[in-house]
Amino acid sequence: MHRAARIVTLSLVALATLGGCKKKKPEVAVTPVNNPPPAAAPTPTPAPAPECDAACVAARDSEAKRAAIAAARATLTATIYFDYDQSEITEESRAKLDAKASILAQNTGVRIRIAGHTDSRGSDEYNLALGQRRAAAAKRYLTDRGIDGSRVEIVSFGEERGTCTEESDSCWSRNRRDEFEITGGDITAVQTSSR
Amino acid sequence: MIRLPYAAWFAAAITIAPLTRGVAQNPPQPEAVVLGLRYDPGTKPGVLVLRVAGVSGDSIRAILQRDFDYGDRITVIAAEEGGFPDAPTAGRNGNYPLYAKLGAHALVQVTPTAAGIHVAVHDVAQAKVARVKDFGLDGSPNSREWRMSVHAVSDELEAWITGVRGIAATRVAYVQGLRGGKVFVVDSDGAFPTPAGDDAGAMSPSWHPKGTHLAYAVVGSHGCCQIFIYDFASGSARPLTAVGSGLNSTPVFAPDGAVIVYTHGEESGTDLFATTAFERGPARRITVGRGTDNTSPTFSPDGRRLAFTSGRLGHPEVYISDADGTNPQLLTADKLGDQNYRANPDWSPDGRFIAYQAQQTDGRFQLNTISLQDRSVKQHTSEGSNEDASWAPDGRHLIFSSTRTGPKQLFVIDTESGRWRQLTRTGGMRLPAWSPPLKR
Repeated sequence: MHRAARIVTLSLVALATLGGCKKKKPEVAVTPVNNPPPAAAPTPTPAPAPECDAACVAARDSEAKRAAIAAARATLTATIYFDYDQSEITEESRAKLDAKASILAQNTGVRIRIAGHTDSRGSDEYNLALGQRRAAAAKRYLTDRGIDGSRVEIVSFGEERGTCTEESDSCWSRNRRDEFEITGGDITAVQTSSR
Repeated sequence: MIRLPYAAWFAAAITIAPLTRGVAQNPPQPEAVVLGLRYDPGTKPGVLVLRVAGVSGDSIRAILQRDFDYGDRITVIAAEEGGFPDAPTAGRNGNYPLYAKLGAHALVQVTPTAAGIHVAVHDVAQAKVARVKDFGLDGSPNSREWRMSVHAVSDELEAWITGVRGIAATRVAYVQGLRGGKVFVVDSDGAFPTPAGDDAGAMSPSWHPKGTHLAYAVVGSHGCCQIFIYDFASGSARPLTAVGSGLNSTPVFAPDGAVIVYTHGEESGTDLFATTAFERGPARRITVGRGTDNTSPTFSPDGRRLAFTSGRLGHPEVYISDADGTNPQLLTADKLGDQNYRANPDWSPDGRFIAYQAQQTDGRFQLNTISLQDRSVKQHTSEGSNEDASWAPDGRHLIFSSTRTGPKQLFVIDTESGRWRQLTRTGGMRLPAWSPPLKR
């Protein structure tokens, strides 16, 4: 690299370091008029990451943990879906329930409620029972993987709380579901990727 | 069996009808009350209701005519304004030949009295008064109580004329609202829809055999369900405490009114349980579904048997068993491998039929009845999706919810003629239950 180019690069790094705390301003594209396109400039070497002191590391870890907890919460409350008039756990739902079981195993103070739902087809009364069976199926899957059953409450709403009301395959499939709600305890133990 | 012309049958029925009053639980079958005579299905005697004097006369006449019409056992003779035949009076016989020419087999003559009305029923063929009676009317004219009193008059006159008591003095309980709905009660002719309780999320109302209470389930904010018993006298509801936590739904009173059978489920399917309705008592398990769903019970009129929906074959079908759950038998079954299901049975008050909803290949439900004598099945509906059938006390009419005119509404169908009428006009009505006779 030419000396002049090195000076420009170092100046940019210094400016970037000094201005690190300021909000980045939007870049404005400037189109040269009547000038030939500039020759390709040599690519500057990426600036080394600024040193992070203990407070910085702690803040970074804290942020990462918050994100991981949010992700775990999302995983734990993710909805699973069922086939028509069925309460068997599907292959796709198994992966979701395995992830939930892992989070529950790491956070033994967390309690959840599983609510079984059905689509609008079928008998209103029978659908209450079917919703209960769907919730029970998910609970059984979790307890079979070592989760204490007393931490998992199940209820049914049958077809009474649909997320949509259209008479279509798309809507029906979205309504045949188990919803998961955290009813007690906090998620504290999570896998983070900040280190 | 001897068959007689209607006029002869009417004479016999009107003579013997007093003997049939007081047979409350099972509507008298004509074969049982008319010696050697037969009431043919489809026979509809013509009845002319004469004009009624007084400020409420038009209302009384309109209610009687409509009740006779809705009962589907009487042809109401339309009277032409201005050309209406003169009523018989004390000093003058009626123009019976003219009444006969109009198609009337019987003439109903109502006269207001201080306490209510005086009714005379004339036998047109015999050109004379066949029966008379004074009826008291409750409440102020056109109030809910007053109309119910007039309905009770209609029902008794129908028993005089046809041998079978009418069903006008009844009400229908139902859920208004597809989400968070509440229980309402409406008169059998669609008048006076009135809330029964204030529980949002109510489902599956069921009448006490005396019409004094309703049992229903409530889906709360944390799921299904707690069972409540609503008392019409106090206007309040109390929870049925014997049931455990978990799902508790579809309560029905046993014919003795003292026991409630309901669906209970926790983590291994749902089963039927029984407990005392008005006293604290233990819950007793009835069905053993082994992880399947067993729900929607209905009693035989004698209380000895139950019909219910069960998924023990993999998809819901209707079963019958003894009242203690023993001797379960599959009642409804279609072709082997058929996955369409049948559910929500209701045992007819005369014990002869069970109505249920059967899913068709297009996914919709239609109403069927199955004879318990020969297991023959009759389909009664074909338009829209039709569910939640409940028998009227006459064992002939069904109330049900249907999408035939758009959003779910309640309809009444005559299972003998197929004639139907719409009971409610606001969308989102479902889970109807027809009351026992409420006034006599």
